[in-house]
Amino acid sequence: MITWLTVAVSAASLLLAAWCGYATARDQSTKDWHFIGMAVVSVLALAQLVVGIVELTQGRKPVGGTVMFVAYLAGALLAVPAAGFMSLMERTRWGSAIVTAGGLVLAVLEVRLFDIWGGGHG
Amino acid sequence: MADARKIGEGPGRLLVSLYGLFTVAAGSRSLYQLIAQFHEAPLAYILSAVAAVVYAFILVTLVRGGESARRLALVCCGAELAGVLIVGTLTIVMPSDFPDQTVWSYYGMGYLFIPLVLPVTGMLWLRTGRADRERGSRRGARAGGSPCPEGQGPGPAA
Repeated sequence: MITWLTVAVSAASLLLAAWCGYATARDQSTKDWHFIGMAVVSVLALAQLVVGIVELTQGRKPVGGTVMFVAYLAGALLAVPAAGFMSLMERTRWGSAIVTAGGLVLAVLEVRLFDIWGGGHG
Repeated sequence: MADARKIGEGPGRLLVSLYGLFTVAAGSRSLYQLIAQFHEAPLAYILSAVAAVVYAFILVTLVRGGESARRLALVCCGAELAGVLIVGTLTIVMPSDFPDQTVWSYYGMGYLFIPLVLPVTGMLWLRTGRADRERGSRRGARAGGSPCPEGQGPGPAA
């Protein structure tokens, strides 16, 4: 379950990064549709956090340690909303660049989460 | 005042975001390591904590803005670059002293070399801030309806 969510969040975050990267290249700030995209990615990350904690309560032990696992889950949930908040303050192409960076960071966090969980054995 | 806050706006806001990210990343990492496993690699973990402090300091100067903050940030970016280069070299020359990773190990390889790129971009950005001021071009003046249209200057036509 969590592996599928990890794949889904990674794909969604890379799509978001590409979309906002395109806006950056076209010298545009983030628009309503971008924020809807960020919301979708954030909902997926929230689902991942909930499912991750449920699996922990069922006695599953992440290879990289429970504290690290929860910290990365929380970081994954916060990455895109934080970038979205910064892009609200920066209504230029650089606001879009910030969300692009946020999406890439989330994708990296997902790879690390996959490793910490124990790579594919979940 | 537009000038005082300029280093934290535009491309600077992207830098603020990245420094915020690395403050959180290096800070939480070193806190966890210092509490949970300090005895394993004290030098590496203390260096992680130092990195976190440097990132936090640059973050604050970028957000505050102003000329003195810009100079301080420039010095700290230099210190940060030196830190990445020294720690990166040490991890290659004497890996036995670094049984665990820090943010700056192997020139920040575990963090996609962003720790190496960030201070360089930071210094380039902070230097443009000064160049703009020396030329006397103020964004605030241009944004607020320029009293001096292009045609009035001593152009090539004159």
